[in-house]
Amino acid sequence: MRDFEYSRAETLSGAAGQMGEGASVIAGGTNLLDLMKIQVMTPSRLVDISRIGELQGISEDGDGLRIGALVTNSELAADGRIRSGWPLLSRAILAGASAQIRNKATTGGNLLQRTRCPYFYDTAMACNKRSPGEGCAAQEGVGRMLAIFGTSEHCLAAHPSDMAVALAALRAEVEIRSKEGETRCLPVTELYRLPGDRPDLESVLEPGEIITAVRLPAPLADTRQVYKKVRDRASYAFALVSVAAVLEMEGDRIASASLAFGGVAPRPWTDPEAEQALVGAAPGDEAFGKAADVLIEQAHCHPDTEFKKPLLRRTLIAALREATGLAKPATGASTARIPA
Amino acid sequence: MTKTFRMDEAQPRLLDETGQGIVGAPLDRPEGPKKVSGRAHYAADGLPEGAAHGVLVRATISRGRITGIDESSVSGLGGVIGVFHGPEFLRNPAQGMAGEAPVQPGDEVHYHGQPIALVVAESFEAARDAAQRLVVSYEAEEGVETDPASASALEQDDPETAGDFDAAFAASEVTLDRSYATAPQVAAAMEPHAAVAEWEGDSLTLRGALQMLRFNKDELADSLGIPAEKVRILAPYVGGGFGSKLGIGPEAVAAALAARALGRPVRVVMTRQTVFDAVLRRSETSQRLRLGADRDGRLRALSHDDRVSNIEGEGFAEPVSQASQFLYGADGLSFAQTLARVSRTPAGSVRAPGEAVGMLALEQAMDELAEALEMCPVELRLKNLPEKNPMTGQPFSATRLADCLREGADRFGWADRKPMGSRREGEWFVGMGMASAARSNMLVKSAARVRLGADGAVVETDMTDIGTGTYAILGQIAAEMLGLRVEQVEVRLGDTSFPGASGSGGSFGANSAGSATFLAAKAIRETLAGRMGCSLSELTLQDGIARGGNREMPLSELVEEELVEEASVEAGDTSESHFSSGFGAHFAEVAVHAYTGEVRVRRMLGVMAMGRILNEKTARSQALGGMIWGLGAALTEEMAHDPRTGHVVTRDLANYHVPAHADVPGDMTVVFLEERDDMANPIQTKGIGELGISGAGAAILNAVRNACGARVYDMPATPDRVIAAMEAAGS
Repeated sequence: MRDFEYSRAETLSGAAGQMGEGASVIAGGTNLLDLMKIQVMTPSRLVDISRIGELQGISEDGDGLRIGALVTNSELAADGRIRSGWPLLSRAILAGASAQIRNKATTGGNLLQRTRCPYFYDTAMACNKRSPGEGCAAQEGVGRMLAIFGTSEHCLAAHPSDMAVALAALRAEVEIRSKEGETRCLPVTELYRLPGDRPDLESVLEPGEIITAVRLPAPLADTRQVYKKVRDRASYAFALVSVAAVLEMEGDRIASASLAFGGVAPRPWTDPEAEQALVGAAPGDEAFGKAADVLIEQAHCHPDTEFKKPLLRRTLIAALREATGLAKPATGASTARIPA
Repeated sequence: MTKTFRMDEAQPRLLDETGQGIVGAPLDRPEGPKKVSGRAHYAADGLPEGAAHGVLVRATISRGRITGIDESSVSGLGGVIGVFHGPEFLRNPAQGMAGEAPVQPGDEVHYHGQPIALVVAESFEAARDAAQRLVVSYEAEEGVETDPASASALEQDDPETAGDFDAAFAASEVTLDRSYATAPQVAAAMEPHAAVAEWEGDSLTLRGALQMLRFNKDELADSLGIPAEKVRILAPYVGGGFGSKLGIGPEAVAAALAARALGRPVRVVMTRQTVFDAVLRRSETSQRLRLGADRDGRLRALSHDDRVSNIEGEGFAEPVSQASQFLYGADGLSFAQTLARVSRTPAGSVRAPGEAVGMLALEQAMDELAEALEMCPVELRLKNLPEKNPMTGQPFSATRLADCLREGADRFGWADRKPMGSRREGEWFVGMGMASAARSNMLVKSAARVRLGADGAVVETDMTDIGTGTYAILGQIAAEMLGLRVEQVEVRLGDTSFPGASGSGGSFGANSAGSATFLAAKAIRETLAGRMGCSLSELTLQDGIARGGNREMPLSELVEEELVEEASVEAGDTSESHFSSGFGAHFAEVAVHAYTGEVRVRRMLGVMAMGRILNEKTARSQALGGMIWGLGAALTEEMAHDPRTGHVVTRDLANYHVPAHADVPGDMTVVFLEERDDMANPIQTKGIGELGISGAGAAILNAVRNACGARVYDMPATPDRVIAAMEAAGS
């Protein structure tokens, strides 16, 4: 680990004052410290924002909620309002990481976590995200976890967050404060940039901007919310694919569908055409499969991720079956019942 | 004086006659409270005064030569003390029981990830930073072969055979010819490999994370070119080994070299990434099973061929067909192995070498044969149990495999197993599967010393406890033999100044070190019988009282001066005349998601006969741990190598998926059937941990097949592979 300076900010404006070239904000540190140990990230200064009061807490915001950037994943997932109005978010968070990590990880930090592409993590390998212009070792390498949407010849990395996928399907917004103290809001999906030829630029945050909150719009009455994550083991693994689905029914037809997909793109992936394909449809594997086909038509796969096309298709169908009541959701979301 | 005992004939079951009643009891491990409160000091936990920190630097080419290590690239960094490299550096850890230095490649690089230098600094952080920055120049070779599947350097011995396989296969009414593949795996012990080296004059003390100190001492001395008597190794606590700590490793030699040069202690702890890069892996395998049988299920022909890999210069080849060579009988048997030489992280023993992966294939093939014969898989196995080892003709020393199969089927509710694909709960297919378990059993030369004082006893041996329960069982054996409460026995392990034992490996530690402890205590009993004026068979020792020859006397009076006996045991004629193996049967029930291909194991049962059980609790934990390893091999564990460089891509525990708690069913049952193996060793035991793995994964994969029709030939059965197999099966 490289030596670094450490300073603690008590206020947002104080934090802004301490930021500068080579500085990085630290809150939970669950991702940043790992990356510093292996020297994928080598900030010269850490500005600790974890004690800033303005970033704490969940408050009501009209019919919606404002979630402070420092609210931990555990706190957010356990919040009664979230569990009743936006259960998708709670389930997605609990599908990620481990209890210990969720106790430390924050809402803002979760959104800005880095990819887990193993070539990004290995400083002996070329990575444009780590060192722009160096090349992308993943292209000819191995990678079950690589993305299939929104990639480029310069980067195949997937965004690993589960929480962000749920937020995208819930049409949440990110509240951002500039160094000068001005606030702007963006849909979660617009926080991220696709890699193009600059995979190192992952978000649209300007220098000195920090995420202050996530805003959840009012929950739609009677929506069916499902988060379905498939991974290589039952817990503590990143998604091979995940599906967040928010459905509104009108009688026995689907009135609206809001979908987001994880483990498949550099950001929570959305596909308005796939959503549109469900509107007015009667629930059933055929209708679900058609929507899935619209989605996976856009996929560009590395040989190791070809499997994500059938897997994503099937996982979307399974999620929609749960959302529409065709399948009884198994106890504990997507795990089999295990006798005590 | 050391008494050496050779296991030349069956021994009386003395532990069934002694009166204390401790052997076999499910006692807590005595060191448990220390471990859970941080007071058990593992290799890296202690930092001697003045110690410096070393971090290993890896090669970043697949093969070639180091042309320069630019020490000036780090010499100006704060806290950096020096860079060490040289001809003594190890390419990789020694193979188990080598007793001599492993390959020392000098300036040659043989695989991407090979430790080539040690950077030493005043802090771990500074050393790690400098290791990252150190500039190394290479002359890389072109056209290096890193892929076992396409490697051209192949070694193949003549097949091992019995009878005429080809003729028997041709004459069989029903035949099966299947290929299976297993992924490379890694032990991933919780404690990373670590060493703290400290010199006093020309004598070295090394605190290490090692399994076999008697051998490690010689390996370390040979690596450094110093006499073995100048080396002392301490490893009182080891945080899991699973084969990965059998031999001396690069961290130990590097720490010793740097400490000698600097005249101060040096601690080297491998990062998790280095553990994956540079510790011996389990080879990937490709396997071909050919089975031929009569319509009634009697096996006529059995062939199990395999292809594995290793780096050049390593003699180890995963013994894939080991259990296939004795588990079932057939008229014609044939086993051929091909070893591909590749520039990859070297391969070696990982828990249950051979059986762990070989039985995944064998026991799936048996299931497929049962299906082809429309026969119950349990019945098929029962029908083919040989009376003797079919390859060697040796009678089995003890086998209760048939009982394990029947008892397991009964306890598991096997009769309720439904036809393939016919049981569904919601979106989940549910099915049952089973497999036989077998793991050959060994006795390895071991010595131990027992001291009996007025108020208790001490056991001393360089045996290790790698989490298995050695402290518990050696204390129980000594207490049983000497008529003491177990709290009155102190067990001292992991110090090469004690008598040399087998070490922990091959599940033979309890047999071997346990027998040595038994024999040393038995020698003390002989002395006590003499003092009591009775014969050995008349002597009873219980609760600190000696009885015999119509006398009764407290041990405290009988033993005025400490009695010390050392004993040594080694394999003898019985290992030639008989074949010893643990046997068992695994059963599993799984749910397979009809859409996503996720597999969830709902329950597992292992019924095992593994000789005398020394501690029912630690034995059970060993068996359970083994079964979870089986689950990992079947469903989750896969080490990925880059196709260009061969380097390990899955270099941490986020990418290499050992089963998480959520993968392990709450309902896991282990049943031990009573058994004594009189030919195995003087305490009639067999190895345990590895039997838990052997076959367990196959039971799960057979259950997947029963659930949904998917047969996954390329393991582990991750969701994508299950989906592909479901689609192939049309389910």
